[in-house]
Amino acid sequence: MSGIPHDHYEPKTTLTKGVERRLPIIGLIYNTLMIPTPKNLNWMWIWGIVLAFCLALQIVTGIVLVMHYTPHVDLAFASVEHIMRDVNGGHMLRYLHANGASLFFFAVYLHIFRGLYYGSYKAPREITWIIGMIIYLLMMATGFMGYVLPWGQMSFWGATVITGLFGAIPFIGEPIQTWLLGGPAVDNATLNRFFSLHYLLPFVIAGLVIVHIWAFHNTGNNNPTGVEVRRTSKAEAEKDTLPFWPYFVIKDLFALGVVLIAFFAVVGFMPNYLGHPDNYIEANPLSTPAHIVPEWYFLPFYAILRAFTADVWAVQLVSMLTGGIVDAKFFGVLAMFGAIIAMALVPWLDTSSVRSGKYRPSFKWWFWLLAVDFVVLMWVGAMPTDGIYPYISLIGATYWFAYFFVILPLLGVLEKPAPLPASIEEDFASHYPGAAE
Amino acid sequence: MIKNLTLSALTALGLSATAALAAGEGGHIHDVDFSFEGPFGKYDQMQLQRGLQIYTEVCSSCHGMKFVPIRTLADEGGPQLPEDQVRAYASQLLVADEASNMHLFDYDEGAARPLTENDHFPANNAQNAPDLSLMAKARAGFHGPAGTGINQFLKGIGGPEYIVAILTGYTGEEKVEAGTTYYENTAFSTGWIAMAPPLYGEDVEFADGHSNELHHEAEDIAAFLMWAAEPKMMARKKAGFVAVTFLVILTSLLYLTNKKLWAPHKGKKTTL
Repeated sequence: MSGIPHDHYEPKTTLTKGVERRLPIIGLIYNTLMIPTPKNLNWMWIWGIVLAFCLALQIVTGIVLVMHYTPHVDLAFASVEHIMRDVNGGHMLRYLHANGASLFFFAVYLHIFRGLYYGSYKAPREITWIIGMIIYLLMMATGFMGYVLPWGQMSFWGATVITGLFGAIPFIGEPIQTWLLGGPAVDNATLNRFFSLHYLLPFVIAGLVIVHIWAFHNTGNNNPTGVEVRRTSKAEAEKDTLPFWPYFVIKDLFALGVVLIAFFAVVGFMPNYLGHPDNYIEANPLSTPAHIVPEWYFLPFYAILRAFTADVWAVQLVSMLTGGIVDAKFFGVLAMFGAIIAMALVPWLDTSSVRSGKYRPSFKWWFWLLAVDFVVLMWVGAMPTDGIYPYISLIGATYWFAYFFVILPLLGVLEKPAPLPASIEEDFASHYPGAAE
Repeated sequence: MIKNLTLSALTALGLSATAALAAGEGGHIHDVDFSFEGPFGKYDQMQLQRGLQIYTEVCSSCHGMKFVPIRTLADEGGPQLPEDQVRAYASQLLVADEASNMHLFDYDEGAARPLTENDHFPANNAQNAPDLSLMAKARAGFHGPAGTGINQFLKGIGGPEYIVAILTGYTGEEKVEAGTTYYENTAFSTGWIAMAPPLYGEDVEFADGHSNELHHEAEDIAAFLMWAAEPKMMARKKAGFVAVTFLVILTSLLYLTNKKLWAPHKGKKTTL
């Protein structure tokens, strides 16, 4: 799997030859941009570029916001208002940054579900997938800590609830929580360390993004058929692929343009729609808001956290077997992190030899049910914890685990896949009958 | 392709579903047709000036606006008072609660110094009256239906509408609990609010002879507080409009470029 055969960079002038001999950077850029890319990629393969844009947007707007922000419990809220009122263009910077986080997660969920449907996680792309999952975890940590910085009511109480999850770990939970917070409760020390980490983690993410891209540039992209690019010769590979530049750069930029039209409409015309009104109230440790609701992008996992209450028999059973060490709260925390770990383990849980969901007649249904489940969990995560909602959370959470730990392992054995196209060229030609030369 | 669209649509639905649960679920709140709503809506300068008058003559006796610089009253897209009027306005502002405004305290005089246009509005929370700088963004008037966020998408989050509803929602009933008087209010979450009815109608005389009926006053102060909370709304909408227009043109060109680029490989003829 040492890549798809293609032309490599050949320096022609004395200058480029000299540079290339000392540092092969021109060749690196050339090979990265000209990477042979399966020509049948569909529109779900554009989210990578959107995500790269989001990371750049968040870092650039974030660095400027930091120039005007003060990480102190008495000054943070006022400094955000200073940005909104006194800093030139500050209101746009802040709204771009706040809504940029939403676009980031919107894109990453579509990117992840694309991977889940087309089996992008399967051999030989497991490392790409795992690195992607680490990036996603770091994104969640970064997003969560960033939401604390404006020091509004939801910032403060969200931080209190989420760091409280670590307190649920038996025996060592409370010391860990105190260590994370820098004190017995969310206070100035917490705000300062969250600010520090909120600045650091995006650069860790940027480093991992490079590794993520490196990994799939080595294996080649997956594609909607899941059939590998033929790579016995350059001529054969060229029938299945087109170079990334200009074909996919222009295609991706067009798609990015469409996404950004929607994004700027939100930023310009309804920038607070995805936020929470309570966060325009300065943090007050003495007044708890009626509903503490995390940002929308955490809601599916927040729903899973809340689904496992003390009256669920599985929780009672585990609690009894562990002599009460795993109580309902800790069970919920384990379930929440377990739901993400389940996704990370999917390369080994999916036993099917067929990569793309397109050729798996039963898998499709289960996959779309998972997508619906995700949306339902997102919705129920924002609802109160009484009435019918806990049951919906429980059903949703159960399906999430069933999909990864029961359905995927069994489907690979039970399902009879549809016939695969012989090559990417054949698949592409079937979409564009005129393409056969 | 259809599936991709479905997936996007589902996720978009989930995305909108979540802003739904917002602060303070109270009684029914009527949608008000404010001039600043929608992508092209603008603040009504005269309405903001009337609102400022109500704030000054009524609200400011208890409430403060500590995040709003007085000089912004002259800014474009706001009440846009002439600068000499802003200066005069600042100098006559009363600092009612000095403990909340220590930065304005003059030790030689033993009292708050006169304000200048570069000061912020005085803070005042002596009677647990919340600061009003961000009130219009800190409350939600609309919710649901069923946690989908559709109402907020269509009507806005409803902060100003919530303010109007509170100001016009008094029934006249009172009760005393633990020494505090509560006033029945149909818009308040618990039904009983500690704020005495601040407006009854005809509380202020407008220089432009505009109606000072209760619901007009309530709308004027709500609009003014929206401006106080979001003073750069006009600039923001303009930037959004420019960005969207530019992106539509750029994206159209990219679409044509992409189409032409791929045409030979898809076996299509292109006229471009």
